[in-house]
Formats: sequence, C-alpha cells, structure tokens
Amino acid sequence: MILLLTGLGVLLATGLVALPWRDGLRAGRVAAAGSVLGCGLVTVPAVRALVGWDTPALDLPWPVPLGSFSLGIDALSGFFVLVVALLGALAAVYGVGYLAHAAGHRRLGVPWCLYNLLLACMLVVVTARDGVLFLVAWEVMSLASFFLVTFEDEREEVREAGWTYLLATHLGTAFLLALFLVLAQGGSLRFDTFRELPSPLASVAFLLAVVGFGTKAGFWPLHVWLPEAHPAAPSHVSAVMSGVMLKTGIYGLLRVLTVLGPPPRWWGWLLVGIGVTSGLLGVLSALAQRDLKRILAYSSVENIGLVALGAGLGVLGLAFDLPVMAALGFAGALLHVLNHAVFKGLLFLGAGAVLHATGTRDIERLGGLLRRVPSTAHAFLVGSAAISGLPPFNGFVSELLILLAALAGVSERAGGVAVPATIAVAALGLVGGLAAACFARAFGVVFLGVPRQGLDREPAEATPAGMRLAMATLAGLCVAIGLGSSYLVPRLVPAVGELTGLTREELLTVLGWDVGRILLAVGLVGAAFGLVALLLARLRARMLRMREVGSSPTWDCGYAAPTARMQYTASSFARPIVELFSLVLHTRIDEVRPVGMLPSGARLQTRAPDVAEAHGFRPAFVAVARLSERLHVLQQGRVQVYVLYIALALLVLLVWQLGLGR
Amino acid sequence: MMPSAVGMLVGLVLAPLLLGVVNRVKAVFAGRRGQPLLQPYRDIGRLLRKGAVYSPTTTWVFRAGPVVGVAAGVVGLALLPLGGCRALVVFSGDFMLLIYLLGTARFFVVLAALDTGSAFEGMGASREVAFSALAEPALLLAMAALVRATGMRSLSDAMGKVWSDVWLPSMPVAVLVAAALAVVLLAENARIPFDDPNTHLELTMIHEVMVLDHSGPDFGLVLYGSALKGWIFAGLLAGVLVPLRTGSPWLNAGAAVVGIFAVAVGVGVVESSMARLRLVRVPQLLVGAGVMAALAVLLVR
Repeated sequence: MILLLTGLGVLLATGLVALPWRDGLRAGRVAAAGSVLGCGLVTVPAVRALVGWDTPALDLPWPVPLGSFSLGIDALSGFFVLVVALLGALAAVYGVGYLAHAAGHRRLGVPWCLYNLLLACMLVVVTARDGVLFLVAWEVMSLASFFLVTFEDEREEVREAGWTYLLATHLGTAFLLALFLVLAQGGSLRFDTFRELPSPLASVAFLLAVVGFGTKAGFWPLHVWLPEAHPAAPSHVSAVMSGVMLKTGIYGLLRVLTVLGPPPRWWGWLLVGIGVTSGLLGVLSALAQRDLKRILAYSSVENIGLVALGAGLGVLGLAFDLPVMAALGFAGALLHVLNHAVFKGLLFLGAGAVLHATGTRDIERLGGLLRRVPSTAHAFLVGSAAISGLPPFNGFVSELLILLAALAGVSERAGGVAVPATIAVAALGLVGGLAAACFARAFGVVFLGVPRQGLDREPAEATPAGMRLAMATLAGLCVAIGLGSSYLVPRLVPAVGELTGLTREELLTVLGWDVGRILLAVGLVGAAFGLVALLLARLRARMLRMREVGSSPTWDCGYAAPTARMQYTASSFARPIVELFSLVLHTRIDEVRPVGMLPSGARLQTRAPDVAEAHGFRPAFVAVARLSERLHVLQQGRVQVYVLYIALALLVLLVWQLGLGR
Repeated sequence: MMPSAVGMLVGLVLAPLLLGVVNRVKAVFAGRRGQPLLQPYRDIGRLLRKGAVYSPTTTWVFRAGPVVGVAAGVVGLALLPLGGCRALVVFSGDFMLLIYLLGTARFFVVLAALDTGSAFEGMGASREVAFSALAEPALLLAMAALVRATGMRSLSDAMGKVWSDVWLPSMPVAVLVAAALAVVLLAENARIPFDDPNTHLELTMIHEVMVLDHSGPDFGLVLYGSALKGWIFAGLLAGVLVPLRTGSPWLNAGAAVVGIFAVAVGVGVVESSMARLRLVRVPQLLVGAGVMAALAVLLVR
C-alpha cells in the first residue's frame, strides 16, 4: 500500500516539477521519468494482489463530508492497475520524443503535468474504496484528459471535439452520481458497506452503471464523443485514452457487478446485445473512415464491444448457473482488456509516428511508407495482425476465450443461454472478419504500394529512440502474450474469482487446467506456424539465390505506365463492405459519373457520418435547444420582473412551509 | 498418433491432386481429354525451378504472402481430423485456431496484393476481404452446430461422433451443416459460382487477380498454399458427409480421403453445370449459408 501511495506521489510530484519548466524537452523528461518510476512502483502491490496476496486497505483521514480516503487493492484492482501502469509508462517514454518538435513553440509543462495527473487519477479510480473518492478521481481524470484533448486548441475541430467530450463525460458522470445514491442504501459511500440490493433496485443500479460507465467505455450508441476526442489528442495521450481510460469504464461496471449480487438473466442478454451492437457498428464505422486515428478510435468501440460480449457471457453463465461459461467469459473479457491496451496503444503510437513523419492522418494521401519508416511500419503490422485476432498474436487468445464461453453456452439446452451464445458466435466471426478487412486496409493503404500524391514533405524516419522503444516493447508483448498465454491466463484466477464468486479450486480446474492446456496447444501451434514460415522463407531465398531475379513494373493488364493515382484507394477498398451494410451505416455518396463518349470530369466522395450522432443525439440536442428557447419568455432583462420572480419564489416557499407545518 | 501423422502427410502430398481431379471432371463434362491428373504437381515443380520477377514497388510483405499461406496450410493440416481419424493436435475450440490460421494467411495474401500498388490487385483484395468476412460467421456457426449436436468442443471429437449423434437422430442438421460448409468451401477456394479460376479477365476475378504479380517460386507457393487450403475445406466437408466411423482409424482416414476426392468431383460438377454469379449476388449466397448454419444450431434438439 505504501508503494501505491509512493507511486502516486512520484507521479504527482514530478508532474508539479515539470509544470513551470520553460524548457519543454526537459520538462517532458522529468515527467516521463516520474511516470516510469511511479508506474513501476505501483506494479509491485498490483502483482501481489493479482496472485492473491491480501493487502489491507488504506484509510487516511480526509476532511470531506461523507467521504473517506480509502484505497484498497484486490485482484481485480490489481489487474487494472497493471494495465494502466504498463501503457502509461510506455506512452510517457514515447511522448518525450513525440512532443519534442513542439518544444520550441509551446509550453509543454502543462500537458506533462496533466498527463501525470491523468495516470494518477486512473490509478486512484481503480483502487478507490469509497464513492466520493472514486467520483472525485473520476472527475479529475475526465478534466485532465479534456485539457489534454484540447492540446492543439488553436484548431477549430479540436475545440469542437473537446466540447463534445466534456459534455459526454459529464452526462455519464450524472448517471454515476445517481448510481452511488442508489448504492448507498446504508447511508455510507464506502464500498465495503454496499450490500446486495432488492431486485428492482439492483436492476436500476445496473442500468445506471451501464449508461454511466458505458459512456466512458464507449458502448454504442454512447460512443459519439470517442471518435471526436481520441484523434484530437496528441498520439501518446490517444493511446492512453483509448488503451486504458476506456477500461476504467469497464472496471467500474465490473466492480458494480460484484456488489449487486446474483444477476438476473436479462443483464446478461443486455450486455451481450451491447457487445454485439458495439462490436459490429464499431468495426463497420472504422472501415468507412479515412482518418487513421479515427479508424483506431472506432475500432476501440469494437473492442470494447468484445469485452462487453465476454462479460455478458460471463453474467449469463452466472445467471444460468454455468460456472465454466462464467469463468471463461470473464477471463476472456479481462484478457481482452489487457490485449486491447497493448495493441491499441501500439497502433496509436504507430499512427503518431506516421503523423510525425508525414504531417497527415489522411490515409488517402499516404502510401508506400514501409520503405520510408520501416520500424514504425513493422510495429504497425504486428498491431494490425493482433487487433484482427490473428494467431499467433495476442488478440486471438482473448477472442478464443470468449468463443469458448459462447460454445459452452451453445451446448446448453436452455434457449435463454443457447440463443445469445449462438448470436455471440456469429458476431465473433463477422466482427473478426471485418476487423481483418479494416486493418488490412489501414496497413495496406498507408504502408504498402506507392506513395500517393498530396504530401507536403518527404516522409523520413525521424522517429526518436524513445518512440521506437515504446513501439517495439508493445509489439513484443503482442507476440509474447500470443505465445505464452498458457502462463498468463491462470494468473487471472483471483481476479475472475472476485467477479464470479467461484472458489479458487473450481477456477483452477477451468482456467488453470483445461484452458491452460488449450492455450499451451495454441502457443505451440503458433510457434510452429512461425517456425514453418521462417523455414519456408529461408528455402525460398535459397531457391532464388542461383537464379535470375528480374524487376519490372507492376502488371497492370497491359497498361505500361501505371501511376500512383491508379492505385486502389482506401475508400474503394472499403466500398463493397460499406455498400453491403449501407442500411446501418448511412454512408453518403456524392458522385459525378462520367458521361458521354469522351467524359471529362468525374468525382466521387463518400462520407460516413456517425449514425448515432446524426440520427440520435443531434436531433435530440436540437430539440432540447428548441425547448430551452421557450424559456426566453422568462428572461425579460428587466429588474422589476426578476424582483417579481424572487417575491413569487418566496411566497411559494412560505406557503409550502406553512403547509408542512400543519 | 501414428494415423494422425500419416493423415497430415497424406494431405501434404495429395492436396495438389485435388486440383487435377477438379480439372479432369470439368474436361470430361466438356467432352475434352483434359490435362493429366498430375499436372498441378508439374506446374508447381516447374514454377519452383524458375527465377522470379518483382515489381520495384514491392517490399518483403509481397514476398511473405505466399510463404505465410503455405505455412498456415501446413500447420492447419495438423489440426484437421480426417473423418473419424483424429488430428495431430486436438483441443477444445481448435477449429477456431484452424479458421483463424487461414485468416492470417488471407491477411498476408491481401497485403501482398496491396503491396503491388495495382488497381486490379487492390480490387481483388477488397472483394476477398468482404466475402471472407461474410463466410467466417457461416463457418463458425456450422462448427457451433456440430458442437451443439455432438456435445464435443474439439473438431476431432465432434467429427468422431458425427455418425452416431448427428446423422442418425437428426439428418436435417447434418444436411444443413454440409450445405453451409459446401458454400463456404466454394467461396473460400475461389471456385464457381463465386469466382472463376479459368478466366483471364482480371476485372472479373477475386482470388486469382490478387496473385497476378507473383512469379516463379512465389507463384508455386501460392498454388501449393491454395491446394492445401482446398484440402482443409474438403476435409471438413467430407468429415460431415462421409459418416463412416469404425474402430480402426486407418479405415476412417481412408474413407475420409475418398470423401475428399468425392468433394473434388462435386466441385468439378458444380463448375461444369453453373455459371459464375454476379458479384452482387455473392453476399446473398454467403449470408444464406450463415442462415442455414444458424438454422442447424437451432434444429439440434
């Protein structure tokens, strides 16, 4: 516990030291060193909690009414602390180099201080044991990330994104306030005093948690702030926001599930439904984007959907008394939380490096970057394969666990579990296939082929060492988790125990023995796959060594002078899928078709507005604004009228008071 | 163990023969003598002995595509049971690894196509990812139907009980699963009615157009990789269609191999008797396969 506090202290202290510093580069170095040190310190209690050692909770005197400064770290908190610390430290290392170019014309002390504050708040959020402390940390976390999102506040769209984010996060927090009011039946907001609620109240609390935490996590359709805010932030902050901060929403939801008692069936159905919708619509929206960081942001919606799917299957397992399904579902959800942090962090850092090298995020203007920025490209390739759920990388393992949970449900006779499980199987297949399409497109268009036209400068690998180190570490983790998951997953037993209430022995049989064997086989087959591929590559190289190897332009069906403009574009690549799902995507296509024998001008532009925003939130907010305008009648601007209001209010209060007195 | 290893070896050796059988069936239907049955071996051998030509736009990703394709096929064979004969590696959910291994192969083939910077190959890649994304749920649902029908979660165990648990009590399930698998097989292996392997109009093709720029050993590996993929899908289908389950794994495996070649004959018959579908119809057929597989899941009592 002391280490946790020390870690938090180091984060805040170095942040404060960096705050007034003029020299942006040095400020960054100090703050990043603090991040690494602080994150390193908190991993010790986190790992101890994760393996199941009990650490006593920490209570400090705190002069806040109702609240107490109470921190605790159990296996579930420990797991999320590890995820935060891992990506937080690596993104800080990356950030030093990434922000270096801005050091000349911008004060960097403030963003670095905010960055460390953000990390510290996320750590407090996942370890808080008191409602008030939780909400305070939650709010500071949201504000810190808001100021980081608006880092480049001279740009119109960044300010716009910041406001959307601020509004969305506070709407979510409003639901959380209500949630804690419902939970605090005993009068105290300390987590250990929360008791199981009677069934209708528990369901209310669950729904409040789904909306409140779902807004932060990015469940569809509460995700609308996410594709705006994440691309606007500096890339290492985007990585932390997408990779980790969304997970605080997942943490909150899981934590609430642990105190609500045995779940009714429909909670599971709801979560599976949210998972399927978020997964499918997230990946489809990602496919339709042309801004690299927006693609990644939408793909976060998809991955959060997969986490919700796993958790939903776990809840169904609990509700139908199927311990194996419950254990597999929650273990899959937790592992996907970690995996998504790793590969989405990696991809955002890679996108940042692309932005750093070329100055644009518009993939239609990029191409052929593999030759120019090879280390970024290779890291991005690993991330793309991992996020598409391809073996032998880590994304496959968590999707496999979620699928195994679904299969456990498919084999059941009861329709209440078999039908959602079947839907989950189909959704996993479809989402997996679409994710592969999405990231084949993202990687292929940006890094392969020939450079497209429209770049202002020649891209060069200026990537500083810190950026490369962070990306290489994350890429290595993608492979390591993919191959060594049989070691990792049994370590999740205490955390899954917190969520399912199953005993250690039961869980060890499922996750340690059965799944351990499965994952060992997956790791071995994955390693064999890599080995066979390497051997074949060697063989191929040997075959070609003595032969004639020529070079000639790409075969374009007889056309001898292909140019970069003839390359397939990202929009055309996505078009078959976008058209297939036009019912849910509502893509707008503006085109001028070529006409006549000798067509002169033709134009095609596709735009993919967010469905939830265009058809849900925007009309709703317009309606609210219109209703609010009616209130203008009250706002006359004359003092006399306002005095009248005051007198009326006093009169009403007086009457009310008299009425109560009777 | 022994029969499984031999089964894998048989797949490695006989996979190209499937293409020869399909071509021979088509030739017979067309009234031609057709190429020799062993022609695919000769093609692959000749290509492997050649030099290669590369476009200057390509990188190592282009060269990795065929290699990953063959590696995925080879490792995938270790996960494929031959009818009642168990696979070399068996675990719960192993079919997911098999399907996703083929997905990794497809991912790299698609990247290799995009690496050439050609509009045609990009077009093929775009269609390939769209159609395979629709085929994947159909395939997973067909597997889920087998899991539900047999109560077994690994491919080998489920296939081992196909006869007693699926064919005997509920034939419609087996028929639906087989139909879904057959559609996916035709789509994933670029056969008519999804794709025409013989056409030379690049615009109309899906799979073939993605490998236009590969030459020499690379193209040889592409051919061998797609032969392995065809063997894997035919093996899955034959496992459901040939419900011969005896005590002897050798006999089971033999029956399955016969079944695999029967599937190849069936593919040849389909190719000879059907025209290619219009591209807009392709997704409908794939979604139909998914619906059939979902129906199969629901029909299991």
